[in-house]
Amino acid sequence: MFDSLQTLLAQWMPNEVAVVLVILVQAMMVIVPLLLTVAYLTYAERKVIGYMQVRLGPNRVGYAGLLQPIADALKLIMKEIIIPSQSNVYLFLIAPVLAIAPAIAVWAVVPFDNGMVIGDINAGLLYVLAVSSIGVYGVVIAGWASNSKYALLGALRSSAQKVSYEIAMGFALVTVIMTAGSMNLTDIVMGQQGGILAWYWIPLLPMFVVYFISGVAETNRAPFDVAEGESEIVAGFHVDYSGMTFAVFFLAEYAMMILISFLTAIMFMGGWLSPFEGIPGLEALFSFVPGLFWLAFKVFFLLFVFLWFRATFPRYRYDQIMRLGWKVLIPLTILWVFVVGAMAYFKVAPWFVHGGVA
Amino acid sequence: MIKELKFQLKTWTLWELFQGMALTLKYFFKPKITVLYPEEKTPMSPRFRGKHALRRYDNGEERCIACKLCEAVCPANAITIESEVREDGSRRTTVYDIDLFKCIYCGFCEEACPVDAIVETRIFEYTFEPGDIHVMSKDMLLAFGDKMETQIAADRAADAKYR
Repeated sequence: MFDSLQTLLAQWMPNEVAVVLVILVQAMMVIVPLLLTVAYLTYAERKVIGYMQVRLGPNRVGYAGLLQPIADALKLIMKEIIIPSQSNVYLFLIAPVLAIAPAIAVWAVVPFDNGMVIGDINAGLLYVLAVSSIGVYGVVIAGWASNSKYALLGALRSSAQKVSYEIAMGFALVTVIMTAGSMNLTDIVMGQQGGILAWYWIPLLPMFVVYFISGVAETNRAPFDVAEGESEIVAGFHVDYSGMTFAVFFLAEYAMMILISFLTAIMFMGGWLSPFEGIPGLEALFSFVPGLFWLAFKVFFLLFVFLWFRATFPRYRYDQIMRLGWKVLIPLTILWVFVVGAMAYFKVAPWFVHGGVA
Repeated sequence: MIKELKFQLKTWTLWELFQGMALTLKYFFKPKITVLYPEEKTPMSPRFRGKHALRRYDNGEERCIACKLCEAVCPANAITIESEVREDGSRRTTVYDIDLFKCIYCGFCEEACPVDAIVETRIFEYTFEPGDIHVMSKDMLLAFGDKMETQIAADRAADAKYR
């Protein structure tokens, strides 16, 4: 589809310009829905948490409060951007950009359906890990440039937490790579063909949980949100940010949440594969549903779990977070690397018969 | 040993976390208790203490006899009363001011009043903007009492048996 668009455009302009234009169109096709999802994720968050607390949540702006995210966005755009007088202005303003750029750049390799991906590169998972970990620079720089002890403390907490949980996350992904025998996200999904039991969440069940917990910690979400714990240090690294600069951090956090949900769905829950695969009758009944829908369904479920966590669990103490990360999750992941190795060696069906490392 | 095993099993299956999540999910589907205020209102007691009013007898005579008990009992000194003797020899107020900024809506004036003249109504949704008169004069109190008399009388009647 994009090839034909490119040849069409090339009739009126130099080929290079056409290529750039097509890439821009592709990027927009990912970013615009992403930002819309972020906007309505904030609405969903307030609604879900409200419902779990037996109240209604926002319901005034538009029907059932559906225009609330738009009103919030307008408010944030109109607000003044306050720059602390003793701050480093350039770093202060570049930090939100550094936070959101990786959160958006990662989407280049995320497949939405078979072949529906901007950059179908072989080292897709490596790219995801590498780029998403750059986001921590935004946090560190924001905390430092604000020239405020609260922001700095928040940035320290947040960055230490992110770096710690990235290890557990990386090891969890190693098991996925070992199972799939590929780092290409499309190949990882295709390796899970054969129905709900063939998805990687069964052989990698502890890793599925570890990955999701690490993901919650990575995005600084409750119950791991000590970086911005309102009762302790107000808002953490972005205390001094207001208006759009704050909104950009906010966007980055929610975009990362969506990304983690996407990656979990792709790597452990069969991506765009139908859960009814291999079940006679149901498979044919649901064969008209596009893969994108199944992926979105899984992603929305995982996002709901994010919000569910926030409504359920009290915040961890900081040393408890570190203990969980270093003393529980990382040893567990290392152990499971060996278990997966053994399973791959003995070719445990149905997960390790095609692909796999052994 | 069994206890330890049980504990470890509970820990590693995240049993208690799932219990917590089941609880929040249960509440997710429960009916919500929010009252959508301007459209819905909570039930209100006949003893509700809102904006003040001065009442009259059925023949149109004002009830207040300027005994100043309310002025004396008012903990916020919100009430100012001046009185004189009328031509028919009865004592009546010339000034009866309630400063609604000072008033703490404790209802003592209402309790102190021997003739049920000063009362507090159910009206609580009123505001003052800068420049508005926030001291209710005697005329305003009487006019408000005339306006609300049906409600005031009904509320007194409902509460009479508990007095």
